[in-house]
Amino acid sequence: MSKTVAAANQIDVKNETHIKPYTMNFGPQHPAAHGVLRLVLEMEGEVVERADPHIGLLHRGTEKLIEYKTYTQATPYFDRLDYVAPMNQEHTFALAVEKLLGITVPERGQYIRVLFAELTRILNHILNITTFALDVGAITPALWGFEEREKGMEFYDRVCGARLHANYFRPGGVAMDMPAGLAQDMMEWTEQFPAFLKDLDTLLTDNRIFKQRTVDIGVASPEQALDWGFSGPMLRGSGIAWDLRKSQPYDVYAKMDFDIPVGKTGDCYARYLVRMAEMKESLKIMQQCLRNLPDGPVRSNDYKISPPPRAEMKNSMEALIHHFKLYTEGYHVPAGETYTATEAPKGEFGVYLVSDGTNKPYRCHIKAPGFAHLQALDFMSRGHMLADVVSNIGSMDIVFGEIDR
Amino acid sequence: MIKNFLNSFLLIEIVKGMALTLKYMFFMPRVTINYPYEKGPLSPRFRGEHALRRYPNGEERCIACKLCEAICPALAITIEAEPREDGSRRTTRYDIDMTKCIYCGLCQEACPVDAIVEGPNFEFATETREELYYNKEKLLENGDRWEAQIAANLAKEAAYR
Repeated sequence: MSKTVAAANQIDVKNETHIKPYTMNFGPQHPAAHGVLRLVLEMEGEVVERADPHIGLLHRGTEKLIEYKTYTQATPYFDRLDYVAPMNQEHTFALAVEKLLGITVPERGQYIRVLFAELTRILNHILNITTFALDVGAITPALWGFEEREKGMEFYDRVCGARLHANYFRPGGVAMDMPAGLAQDMMEWTEQFPAFLKDLDTLLTDNRIFKQRTVDIGVASPEQALDWGFSGPMLRGSGIAWDLRKSQPYDVYAKMDFDIPVGKTGDCYARYLVRMAEMKESLKIMQQCLRNLPDGPVRSNDYKISPPPRAEMKNSMEALIHHFKLYTEGYHVPAGETYTATEAPKGEFGVYLVSDGTNKPYRCHIKAPGFAHLQALDFMSRGHMLADVVSNIGSMDIVFGEIDR
Repeated sequence: MIKNFLNSFLLIEIVKGMALTLKYMFFMPRVTINYPYEKGPLSPRFRGEHALRRYPNGEERCIACKLCEAICPALAITIEAEPREDGSRRTTRYDIDMTKCIYCGLCQEACPVDAIVEGPNFEFATETREELYYNKEKLLENGDRWEAQIAANLAKEAAYR
C-alpha cells in the first residue's frame, strides 16, 4: 500500500463516516426486470448484499375469478398466467378437470395436445434464451429469435385463431381439429428449425462475452435447488434429472422417445445449455407426434361435456339442448379434489382443483414454477455484481403473469 | 492447448459470430414487412373485431338467445330483447365492451345462428375509450363491412366446427 493511500485511510478514520449498504430499487419499470418485478437491492458499492423481490404488481385475482366461472369459462384465464407459454397451462387445467370427470381424451386429441405443448415449449425457450442474451448485451439473437417465434405464432393462429391467448385445449380434448395442411407445414418447420438453433449456438455458446456474463453466476447446488422447490430447467440445470413428462407421463408422452438434458454446474450458463438442448428434444417429440398423428375425433364425444359438432346441433334437438346447456350452465364436475401437474416450459405447473359437484370450481389453486424460482434470487445474487442480478433474472425465466396470478 | 491459445488470442468465436451476422445482413432474404402496406398472413380462424351478421335478405341473424352473454367470461356482452312488431324475437340492445373482451372466441362458438362472429379485422384502435363501447348499430355495420370475408372464412371452417 502506498503512503498516500495510507494517509488517506487515516483521514477517513478520523472523520469516521460509515456508509450503510445503499438500498436501491430495481424496477418495476426496468427493461431487464422482465415485466413488473420490483427488486429492492441492498448494495455494498457494486456488490449485492441482499435482493428482495417485491411481487404483486400484476395480480389480477385469477384464482378467485375462476371460482366464479364455469369450467369452460375458466380456460382462457390460464392463457393469461404465463403468457409466453399459454397452451401448457391450459393443458394442466384440462387434465385436472378430466381427472375429476373421469374421462379420457381421444388419441388424436392427445397427440395434438402434446404437439402443441412442445411447440409452446420451443417458443418459450426461444423467447427466454434470446431475451436473456439481450439482457447480457447481445441484441442479434432476440431479432432472429422473434422471426422463428413468429412462425410458431402463425401455427397458433392457424389452429386456434389467436397468436397468444389460444383457448385451444379444453377439458375433453381440443377445441377444433387442425386445419388441413398444418401438419405438413409444421413438419417442414421442424426440419428447418435446427438451422436456427445452430446459428444461435454459434452466436452464444462459445462467445466469450456471453460466457463471462453467465459462467459461475447464480450457482444453485442440487441441494439448494431441491430446498427452494425448483423445477423444470432450473432444477435440471443444477444436475437433477427430473421431468414430469418422464416421471408421471400424461397424454401420450409415455409413447414418446426423448431424453432429459441435465446441466452440471447449476449456473446461468448451465441453464442456458439445458434450454438449448431441450428445444432439440421438443423438436424430436413434435416430429414423432406429426409422424404418428392418428385419425379420429379430437375431443370427447360425450355431449354432456364437450359441445356437439355444429352440423349435428343444427339438426338434432337433443344436440341443441346439449349445446344450450353447455354454453349457459356448463357441466357439473363430481365432487372431489385433485392436484395435477405438468411439465410447463418453466417447470412444474400445477393446478389444485377442488370441486363441490357444481358447475364451477370450489377452489382452484395454481402452482406457478416462477414463484418458487424467484425466491431463490436472493441467495443466487448475494455477493455478485449488480449486472449479474440481470443474468440471474434472465436465466430464471421469470414471467410475471404466473407469479402474481 | 495451442488451439485454446489461438482461440482466445484471435477471437475465433467472436469472428465466427460476426461472420454469421454479416451473412444474415447481406445474403439472407428480408423477413420484415412494411406493415401498413404489407400484412402478415391471417388464418380463417382468426379472432379479431366482433361483427353481427345479417342473412342475405338483410334480416339480422341474432335471435337474442343470449348464449354469448351467458358464456362470456369477461361479462363484456349486454343484451336486452323484446318481440318486434312482427312478433319475431330480436334484440333491442346488443352492446360489447371491447375493453373488457378477452377475444377468447367463446361467443362465436356459442352462437347457434352464426350471428356474432369475431371477424378478421384487428385494426380497430381508437383514440378514446368510449369509442370501444360497441353498440348494436356499430356491430351490424361491422358485419356489413366484413361480410364477404367472414362468410368465406366460415365456409372454409365449416368442416371443422
